[in-house]
Amino acid sequence: MGVQESEPLDVERIREDFPILERRVGGDVESPGEGDGDDTPLIYLDNAATSQTPDQVVDVIADYYRSYNSNVHRGIHSLSQEASVAYEQAHDRVADFVNADGREEVVFTKNTTEAENLVAYAWGLAELGPGDEVVLTEMEHHASLVTWQQIGKRTGADVKYVRVDDEGRLDVDHARELITDDTEMVSVVHVSNTLGTINPVEEIADVAHDHGAYVFVDGAQSVPNRPVDVKAMDADFLAFSGHKMCGPTGIGVLYGKREILEEMQPYLYGGDMIRKVTFEDATWEELPWKFEAGTPNIAQGIALAAACDYLDDLGMDRVETHENQLAAYAYDRLTEHDDVTVYGPPGDERGGLVAFNVDGVHAHDLSSILNDSGIAIRAGDHCTQPLHDKLGTAASARASFYVYNTREEVDALVEAVDEARQLFA
Amino acid sequence: MGMGSDMYRQQILDHYKNPRNHGELEDPTFTHTGENPTCGDTIQVDVRLEDDGDTIEYVAFSGDGCAISQAAASLLTEELPGKTLEELQAMDRDDMIDMLGVDISPMRIKCAVLAEKVAQDGAKIHTGEIEIETTKTE
Repeated sequence: MGVQESEPLDVERIREDFPILERRVGGDVESPGEGDGDDTPLIYLDNAATSQTPDQVVDVIADYYRSYNSNVHRGIHSLSQEASVAYEQAHDRVADFVNADGREEVVFTKNTTEAENLVAYAWGLAELGPGDEVVLTEMEHHASLVTWQQIGKRTGADVKYVRVDDEGRLDVDHARELITDDTEMVSVVHVSNTLGTINPVEEIADVAHDHGAYVFVDGAQSVPNRPVDVKAMDADFLAFSGHKMCGPTGIGVLYGKREILEEMQPYLYGGDMIRKVTFEDATWEELPWKFEAGTPNIAQGIALAAACDYLDDLGMDRVETHENQLAAYAYDRLTEHDDVTVYGPPGDERGGLVAFNVDGVHAHDLSSILNDSGIAIRAGDHCTQPLHDKLGTAASARASFYVYNTREEVDALVEAVDEARQLFA
Repeated sequence: MGMGSDMYRQQILDHYKNPRNHGELEDPTFTHTGENPTCGDTIQVDVRLEDDGDTIEYVAFSGDGCAISQAAASLLTEELPGKTLEELQAMDRDDMIDMLGVDISPMRIKCAVLAEKVAQDGAKIHTGEIEIETTKTE
């Protein structure tokens, strides 16, 4: 990459790639951009929900629609060839981003959730039955938790949950107890979207493989934020979403080991995924197209490759360091007050997000008040309701950081939290 | 000053911190609960009717959640006594917003109307119009 790992991100320059960060907000939500209220510079700290999109990626989308918009694969004409080549090469680019062995191992989906469902339906429904076990963690996102829970109900397979300890870490000893020869699938979130915990997925994969089980890694909060290498972690499946990593919405990725994907039957049937069709039967296209039925999100797929270029130019090692420093700083500043509970492990052990609550101030009230200072955070259960039940709260506030965020923005967050505290005192 | 602070004018904070008619009635004519799953707000509304079986005599509420949902419930307990069940059913979200006296952002309307909806559904169950376990606003 030609970048010194120790050299920090040039955030000031990066911010120039994101004109949306110049927006002013905080006013009447029914007429954004108008009226007296819209006088506050945006401080965007909701990146774990969706990241902003740099001009370089927006330009790729615009260029597609302006220059070579066309359906892929079946066309002989020039535009279709251009679109097909760009769309197919995007798979290669994404494969390279996570160190997969080429486009055959990279299926474009709508998002992480669809990638989870693809494996749950195509593999789970076919392979699971009574006596089989699926092991999840208590910190799974609903995308994985609800999906396997329902597949368990349909197939008779048991679903078990690896404990989260009091400090928000995965209880790996408990994982070793739960994962047995009856286990067929272990689905584990790489970085918790609520606790910020970075889970030892390599270790979990080893345990799963020792018992002949597959491991599915939910990379929605890790692939955007740190170098992820599917070979190093030996994941059988990895899922992530484009819109959390400088890409557009509507595009996600299922990585799967080639030999496993080849054995799996399609999840969606229709156009683009077939080789030969008769009135009696059909055969399937090669990987990955076998799993991409119908006209795909072409511009979004091509743009995701551009997002990979953008992030690799920054250097994922440096992205990881930047995020971690902001999260650690936010953790330290927020916990200066005894009435703030920050969920999950200490700052130096977490991904780029901090979920917290302030005594006596509901997370939704906090978010409304922070919005007045132009600060966008998320408040709610973050699609981890069972984990929130365990934490003893219905909702939490979550600030999450990305490549363009600064320490000054963390300071503004802490200051606005102080104002909310005073309002409710 | 944007909507955030406006939404938390003194009245709402006062009702949130010092809720009126908070608790449960010993002899309610009907009682009903509801939740707003996205915020995790929960509200129980207890209503006692006068001897005519139609006029609301007293209302109490319990539950927890965000300031908007709890202040709305508190305000409602002061608003409802004297109204008939028909008048209760005629209330809509604008009545609730008027009572709160502030603009409520679209994402928070469900918090504001939870108590009103719980009271209305409770009354409908009481009169046999509907059969539901709990009320949800989403």
